[in-house]
Amino acid sequence: MGARIQIPREARRGDVIEIRILIQHPMETGYRHDDVGHLIKRNVINVLYCRYNGVEVFRADLSSGISANPYVQFYTVAEASGEFEFTWIDDEGEQGLERQSIVVKG
Amino acid sequence: MRRARARLALAAAALAAGVVLAQERGIPPGELKSGSAFLGSDLRALQNDDFANPGMLWVERGEKLWREPAGKKNLACAGCHKDSSMRGVAARYPRIDAASAKLLNLEGRINRCRTERMGAEPLRYESDDLLALTAYLARQSLGLPVATSIDGAARAHFETGRASYHRRRGQMNLSCGQCHDANWGKRLLSETISQGHPNAYPAYRLDWQTIGSLQRRIRACLSGIRAEMLPYGSQEYLDLELFLAWRAQGLPIETPGVRR
Repeated sequence: MGARIQIPREARRGDVIEIRILIQHPMETGYRHDDVGHLIKRNVINVLYCRYNGVEVFRADLSSGISANPYVQFYTVAEASGEFEFTWIDDEGEQGLERQSIVVKG
Repeated sequence: MRRARARLALAAAALAAGVVLAQERGIPPGELKSGSAFLGSDLRALQNDDFANPGMLWVERGEKLWREPAGKKNLACAGCHKDSSMRGVAARYPRIDAASAKLLNLEGRINRCRTERMGAEPLRYESDDLLALTAYLARQSLGLPVATSIDGAARAHFETGRASYHRRRGQMNLSCGQCHDANWGKRLLSETISQGHPNAYPAYRLDWQTIGSLQRRIRACLSGIRAEMLPYGSQEYLDLELFLAWRAQGLPIETPGVRR
């Protein structure tokens, strides 16, 4: 499962920063049928976590109504240099992990 | 006197040729509009957002594949092609392959390179890998005008493509031009009919929830008018692609487009 993450490389302490993540995933709803009429099993990313230097700053519970390749955008406050860690898990138990670092000045 | 008359006749012939050429085009160049002009502002913004455009997931994957050795010869695309040399390439496709004298679209070119130079298996049409490589290549011509040549051996394909474009087909007995030349800008239920240009493909369609090739889009149109769909990579689609590219001459490449 690939993903794209966008975080400012640098920020000043106290800045409100924008975090964006785009995850490649089919987000199979569980309501669709294949060509021969069998129900396609639901497989959606059901939870997405974001930890900033180990502290959870954002969590999203996703479900069937979300489009394929979900895009999530949120804001947090730059506090210290370090790392953002994103993890997500889908119904089949497959887990995704991406990390990106930030330098905080001041 | 005679020379002047000959010159006049030549000028008249040139004028007539010009008129014929202008008549060939269903839409005058000044009125050409990319498919993105028929989108809402939200989707246009999504397409123009380098990060959030979901098609960029495939472009990124394509970049990785470009550098990954494959096949018996363990060659990567990047081993032969310098990246900077690929800018503008996609804008010239479909084009005649010099070696085989066959018309190739970008997908066909990639697969020909794989089978003939890399000793690799061709990638399946509409597979994520082929879409990724195609999107990555096309992305490098971002903003460049579509500039396909219909000279020489391409001419016959162009004529076939044009005939195919104007042929009525399917249960609804519609030709491509009846919507995309004669009625673009009007509504078809909730949709605005576009001019049917190929400059944003492979494009991410919300309807598909994924990226798809131009041929997939053509098939969607054919299915819509209840006409027979041909297999991927068929000659008729290739010729039609060439005609569509010619029709869109001058429009900037937008790959990966975002469409409804």
